[in-house]
Amino acid sequence: MEFINPTEVSNIPTYRVMDSDGVLVDKTRKPLDIPKEQILEWYKNMLTVSVMDVVMFEAQRQGRLSFYMVSAGEEGISVGSAAALTPDDVVFAQYREAGVFQQRGFTLKEFMSQLFANQHDNSRGRNMPVHYGKNYPRTHTISSPLATQIPQASGAAYALKLQTLQNPDLPPRIVACYFGEGAASEGDFHAGLNIAATRSCPVVFICRNNGYAISTPTLEQYRGDGIASRGVGYGIDTIRVDGNDIFAVYEAMREARRIALTDGGKPVLIEAMSYRVSHHSTSDDSFAYRARVEVEDWKRRDNPIIRLRKWLENEGLWNEDIERDTRDQLRKAVLKEFGEAERELKPPLRSAFEGVYEEITEEAQEQMKDLKRILETYPEEYDIRQFKDGINGL
Amino acid sequence: MAAPRLFRPAARLLSSRLSSTPLRPAFSQTACAPSVLRLRGYATETGAKEVTVRDALNEALAEELEGNEKTFVMGEEVAQYNGAYKVTRGLLDRFGPKRVIDTPITEAGFTGLAVGAALAGLHPICEFMTFNFAMQSIDHIINSAAKTHYMSGGIQPCNITFRGPNGFAAGVAAQHSQDYSAWYGSIPGLKVVAPWSAEDAKGLLKAAIRDPNPVVVLENEILSSLTQFDRLLYGQAFPMSEAAQKNDFVLPIGKAKIERPGKDLTIVSLSRCVGQSLNAASQLKQKYGVEAEVINLRSVKPLDVETIIQSLKKTGRLMCVESGFPMFGVASEILALSMEYGFDYLTAPAVRVTGAEVPTPYAVGLEQMSFPQEDTIVNQAAKLLRL
Repeated sequence: MEFINPTEVSNIPTYRVMDSDGVLVDKTRKPLDIPKEQILEWYKNMLTVSVMDVVMFEAQRQGRLSFYMVSAGEEGISVGSAAALTPDDVVFAQYREAGVFQQRGFTLKEFMSQLFANQHDNSRGRNMPVHYGKNYPRTHTISSPLATQIPQASGAAYALKLQTLQNPDLPPRIVACYFGEGAASEGDFHAGLNIAATRSCPVVFICRNNGYAISTPTLEQYRGDGIASRGVGYGIDTIRVDGNDIFAVYEAMREARRIALTDGGKPVLIEAMSYRVSHHSTSDDSFAYRARVEVEDWKRRDNPIIRLRKWLENEGLWNEDIERDTRDQLRKAVLKEFGEAERELKPPLRSAFEGVYEEITEEAQEQMKDLKRILETYPEEYDIRQFKDGINGL
Repeated sequence: MAAPRLFRPAARLLSSRLSSTPLRPAFSQTACAPSVLRLRGYATETGAKEVTVRDALNEALAEELEGNEKTFVMGEEVAQYNGAYKVTRGLLDRFGPKRVIDTPITEAGFTGLAVGAALAGLHPICEFMTFNFAMQSIDHIINSAAKTHYMSGGIQPCNITFRGPNGFAAGVAAQHSQDYSAWYGSIPGLKVVAPWSAEDAKGLLKAAIRDPNPVVVLENEILSSLTQFDRLLYGQAFPMSEAAQKNDFVLPIGKAKIERPGKDLTIVSLSRCVGQSLNAASQLKQKYGVEAEVINLRSVKPLDVETIIQSLKKTGRLMCVESGFPMFGVASEILALSMEYGFDYLTAPAVRVTGAEVPTPYAVGLEQMSFPQEDTIVNQAAKLLRL
């Protein structure tokens, strides 16, 4: 008789392509098969998210929006993984994946419109800031409760599988599902992985293991060999990657996507290791539970943006001047969209009544009529110029 | 519990004497003026002092942890981080990691664990970062905590307290802004309290912890006034009487409190809507000379039907103010009870002022329109009174 003692089992290794100096680890490997322009685009996308985060965090502190969440330290995971997806692939994100949206073509105007809940906001001012969503590339609107996206992603992947069975001409598609290591403690994580494994759903689960769930460090979050070991337990193809290494994340995701589409579909789990440089959200002050020096160390020692910058500099593709100019441009672009979005008209009045159900209920229709009558009878009493189309928006 | 009272004929109910709380007269002076208008101050000659809801809850937890070794606090961020809203501040230092326990983000896990500990004889205090997250584990609260005592033939008591902020907060939209009073209030086997003031918070939380049944304590996070940073009801200061400052202060579960006496209209409310109702009552007095009686329910289950009906009998008019959705809510229940027990005394149809029939929107303007505001209450009261 022999019990397996998890501390005696060797840990799952971490896949790395470049080290923290931006130098390829394996000198014998085949060269990166990624066009230089694409890598530069990734770098700019990471910078954009990073610049936007700084501006919006400050804006929240000034009381200009109620809430914001930054993704400092985790841009590499979101940009690198999204780069391996096609626009037809379906994404379920958590709330720290602005890089996924950026990489999939979400514009600064779209980010700002959502944050300021103006007339161009896809969610019509109904959703919390950073809960972005878009019809195409397929990206489900972010849901606040932790981990609910995991079983839903399995379901969406199952639907894709059935659609492909019915119509083999459809392009091959997968679902990418993002979450943190804290969310992996929720029951939904376990239910979602198990159902994806048993129903063979083409879904790639990407766990951002950033060390903290608000204040709870991983030491108190779980025991055993991280989140990756859970995937093995559920019979799922699993890899652990260095989340600060965008090449490793991209290559792992590309391979995961391929595996997910083999044999009619199967799930894959990627555990991407990183460090949450930022506070959890604008509602959190993380220096209450971790040392400032620990954060500064990480910022300096290793970070997905700095690491890729070092690689670019080694290749002669980047330098201090380009860096400064690019950051300036990005900051200006963010501030321009910020200002415009803040001044933009609010959604039309009727959107206050729409959307609870597919059709506007009779009751709500009556209320709209009443409102219109009141606004027409007392035009001096209500200022509705700030709403798109004024009274005709009803 | 409410049940025996509900089966009593209305006539007998109305003739039964109103029992006041043993520790504090219902009409005490300190409670009459809306405390939101007061400035923060130090102890007065009467011995009352200003205490925030947060400190009152903290005091209640500390006293009960001190007094009963079977109690422990468990939840996300409660120990090292001192609680997401700082309600458990200092408890880890004082009582150690065996009594104040941080958990992984597994509501189903730690709620189930707490219920199990209660069934095994401990008295857990299970904190939710908000009651919105308790939906992940509501099966344990309803199917296990509320029902096991009954199903086991009474051999398995479940002395557990579920607590945390409930109702809507500022700018956190649909999935973080819900009032669960009606949800838990409808479950036989649970008791449900909803404190408003600091005294309510301390007295009811202590009562909940001591009560041998599972009790849900629905606290409230915000108060709609002032600036964004002053909006946390947890940070709102209320006067606390000398009696309430003592460590044996407990409020009875199932007794409402008349916060402001009046003769023209009964306003029944709970949690943060009590403050709004009191301000509305002052405005009604100022604008129309109307004396509205404001009842702070304090307890959702059991419900203090006597106090409501006695008041209704006096004023002849009833309005219920709550922040839940309009249908099948606390207000619906109270209006139904007024039909069953007070119909002959009503001189006008009773009305309810509730949240709107819409998932809570994020945008500030929309959010405000989704919940009762003071002018909504004043206007509806004026309509009801035909002013």
